[in-house]
Amino acid sequence: MNESLHALSGAYVVDALDDEERATFEQHLPGCLDCQREVSSLREATALLADDAALTPPPALRVSVLAGIKTIRPLAPETGRHASITNLDADGPAAQQPADERAAKVLTFRPRGARFARMLVAAAAVVAVAGGVVYHPWTGDSSQSSHLSAADQVLAASDAQQHSIEFNDGSSATVVRSAKEGHAVLLTQKMAAPPSGKAFELWLRDAQGVMKPAGMMTTGGDHKVLLKGNSLKATGVGITVEPKAGSDTPSSEPIAMFELGKSNA
Amino acid sequence: MNPTGPASSEPPHGGLASVPEPTQAGSTAADLAQLLRLSGRGDEAAFAQLYDATCARAYGLAVRVVRDPSQAEEVAQEAFLEIWRTASRFDAAKGSAVSWILTLVHRKAVDRVRSAEASTRRDTTYHQSSQTVEHDSTAEAAQASMEARRVRQAMDSLTQVQREALELAYFKGYTHTEVAKMLDLPVGTAKTRIRDGLIRLRDTMGVGQ
Ligand SMILES: [Zn+2]
Repeated sequence: MNESLHALSGAYVVDALDDEERATFEQHLPGCLDCQREVSSLREATALLADDAALTPPPALRVSVLAGIKTIRPLAPETGRHASITNLDADGPAAQQPADERAAKVLTFRPRGARFARMLVAAAAVVAVAGGVVYHPWTGDSSQSSHLSAADQVLAASDAQQHSIEFNDGSSATVVRSAKEGHAVLLTQKMAAPPSGKAFELWLRDAQGVMKPAGMMTTGGDHKVLLKGNSLKATGVGITVEPKAGSDTPSSEPIAMFELGKSNA
Repeated sequence: MNPTGPASSEPPHGGLASVPEPTQAGSTAADLAQLLRLSGRGDEAAFAQLYDATCARAYGLAVRVVRDPSQAEEVAQEAFLEIWRTASRFDAAKGSAVSWILTLVHRKAVDRVRSAEASTRRDTTYHQSSQTVEHDSTAEAAQASMEARRVRQAMDSLTQVQREALELAYFKGYTHTEVAKMLDLPVGTAKTRIRDGLIRLRDTMGVGQ
């Protein structure tokens, strides 16, 4: 047993580790029964603290939650340690997940520099989602899967892998990839408009590091874009600012870059 | 690690009226675990019940951490949609349903404040206070408040440093390194205080054994 790692259990339970420590501890956890037991028992103690904070939420929350679940398919139970489903960054307490799964969904979406931040600041006015309902990609889908668009089929796929980030101003971007469907989709919410005369171009980065055009977004706001090209082999998805007609190769540094890792395929 | 205590021995259908000392706001721990299991199979009615039994704690926790009520609402909504989506991953052998739910809510709330401008959070006026709980009329909140009294007593048994470290970390979302700085503790000792405090709280409340 590693004493110094073991000592992180309490801070882990109250989410007081930084990202690096958390990752280290989560690597340690699957192999250390002492820590697993301690984390479980301390979680019960931690839950008691929330009793003191109880506060009735606005009725609108109940309405939007219960409306939201109608469009979301619950995950199938895990059938083995190496189940390939690695959805989202919040699949319940991480300790109940095999470590290899957790590692697979670490998000590494890096806004590059202040420019993107400035662009996003302008996005405050572009609130396209009615009633402040938070992001979920299934909004507006037909409930019949036979009528789903290709993008929606990716979003609904049981093996969909998702990489997402939320920005300071409330905007967010997400890449969802499904090996089964053979495609990836970029979703944006409350994205800032591109600079005047410009557009956002989307890129798939192949294994050699070459960026290939995968689509355009000419406006800010909320988008659902099926990426063109070989999404399965892509190692990353980038967004750059380009002339409206688009470019064959990126003419500037990406304002955002998703690291996808290996596809499930 | 099943929760112990009187509540868990109640029959699963022991409702609000039949449980004299509810620890799970009118639903026993077994009830909530069952609701979570049903939710994992797509049972929307079960999920609605689960929501009603836990929303005050989930939302209240989010408000404590992110402070801004509308952001807290978003955090709670995201968390509940995740709970619905990932309910099948809940394993009753590893802990109670409510701690599984609140762990998810807390993680989302902390992610939110960390990704937000730190200064914004530090500057926001703190409107929310625990007094609100006393005026809260829902069954869940009222019973949570009863339980909260016991928890507060248990908190009183901690050393001041343990208590402060725990509160800064859990309710304000600071890292243990930040907590050490704020409390003038040598680097690396805040995590020990947090752990010691939680262990004492656990043992005093007799949970998670
Ligand atoms: Zn350990």
